[in-house]
Amino acid sequence: MTTSTHFMARALLAGVAAAALPGAGVLAAETVAAAAKPFTPPAERAMPEGEFGKMVRRGEQIFLHTRQNAPAFVGNSLDCASCHLDAGRRADSAPMWGAYVSYPAFRSKDGTVNTFAARLQGCFNYSMNGKAPPLGDPVLVALESYSYWLAKGAPVGTKMAGAGYPKLAPPALAPDFARGQHVYDAHCALCHGAGGQGQASGGQPAFPPLWGPDSFNWGAGMHQVNNAAGFIKANMPLSQGDTLSDQEAWDVALFIDSHERPQDPRFTGSVEATRKQFHDTPDSMYGRVVDGHLLGSGNK
Amino acid sequence: MRLQSRSRCLALALGVALAGTATAAAPAGPDAIAANGLPSGVPACQTCHGAQGEGNIPAGFPRLAGAGAGYLAAQLAAFAAGQRRNPAMQAIAAALSPKQQAALARYYAGLGRPAAGAAAAEPSPSDAGAWLAARGRWTADIPACAQCHGPHGLGIGDAFPPLAGQPAGYLAAQLQSWKHGTRPPGPQSLMAAIAARLSDDDVAAVADYYASLPADGAAAAPAGATR
Repeated sequence: MTTSTHFMARALLAGVAAAALPGAGVLAAETVAAAAKPFTPPAERAMPEGEFGKMVRRGEQIFLHTRQNAPAFVGNSLDCASCHLDAGRRADSAPMWGAYVSYPAFRSKDGTVNTFAARLQGCFNYSMNGKAPPLGDPVLVALESYSYWLAKGAPVGTKMAGAGYPKLAPPALAPDFARGQHVYDAHCALCHGAGGQGQASGGQPAFPPLWGPDSFNWGAGMHQVNNAAGFIKANMPLSQGDTLSDQEAWDVALFIDSHERPQDPRFTGSVEATRKQFHDTPDSMYGRVVDGHLLGSGNK
Repeated sequence: MRLQSRSRCLALALGVALAGTATAAAPAGPDAIAANGLPSGVPACQTCHGAQGEGNIPAGFPRLAGAGAGYLAAQLAAFAAGQRRNPAMQAIAAALSPKQQAALARYYAGLGRPAAGAAAAEPSPSDAGAWLAARGRWTADIPACAQCHGPHGLGIGDAFPPLAGQPAGYLAAQLQSWKHGTRPPGPQSLMAAIAARLSDDDVAAVADYYASLPADGAAAAPAGATR
């Protein structure tokens, strides 16, 4: 249930697999040892002083309260920490220490080698449905400083245990909208609302909207069913991660990602052409017809 | 000290329950029940929870105004069924019909929930209560209280009640009740599971923190706002 037991279970499974495969033992055993010890970012109280420390702290505050602290670049009701739990520290929740050591990298999303700063720009364009701060903007400098600090001691260029969202095995049954709605109503609607609209507190957005005009757009990573399923399985309902079955996570991810949301900023003028160019994967519902509605064609 | 004032007010509540019942002609609308009680053994809610449902901090009686109707109705039902333990409230809730419980829940929910005040200081990790409220302790799977009760502790929607300005003793007692199974686990057992992960020190620190926040959200020192 906890992240550590999650890792232990994985390590045990890997150990069983290694034992069953003679000849693969040494490599597998090393993998197990690495997976059993997830990275721990530095403690908050160890944040540095001085000018650099100020920038790290500023980055942390932008990360937690993005709408308030970087309003020019945010176009919805989300914060970075909406999807990167525990201020970007939590394993299996796309932690910033895992992201920081993974760039520069080639991304098929835009067909270029992205620096870490460019990757952050992508978050603003898609997940935040806003606009990217220009390179060198203090918002990017602060977020990069915070991520760099979180990654202190992490191995560069290595796929770390707990980085990104977990990759679930393909589901036994193809993800299903109706089953997903059932899961949503039972486990998600309490906080995110029956219509996926999220909920406010004292007039401020609180529980994140999962679809609709105030959520992430069709270009965001979370719009892909596999990413959402991995995040949900490990982390949702909040404080009850790893309680849904894999099948439930796949079903509810499909349900959530089969609703209308803001247009993909790369929209070419045609949903069909945009799907072909940017969404040609079973994990994207963009350009598919659900319940008589062509997803990506605008508010239903 | 807290316990003393709590038992004093409990005695007061019971005294009112026994002696202070309303006149036979009292109408049964929720505002009338709040103001006058019912002859069937229901004292005026106002006696303990204040004229505007603002609660009574020295006595340890919680604020009701602005909590979600669904939350309040569920509490009255749990008291009536004996699932949430409190001698005074169990007797009172049992004397209310389900219709009266629902009407009172709507009435107090309708007394208003304030808008958030301006953002203020972010807590330091050394401030245990404020830090738990704003950031939680995810290494123990404890989310930030603010994630479900709002950045100023003003509550969210129908199911997540306000915490700001509630009596510290009341808040601590609720967390302990979940730990000990004397309060129903709540929607999706979220709070029962989280309370079980809190130490007694955590409970005291976070209860004191929320008690220190203004119930009206004005000029709050929010858990989770801009530095």
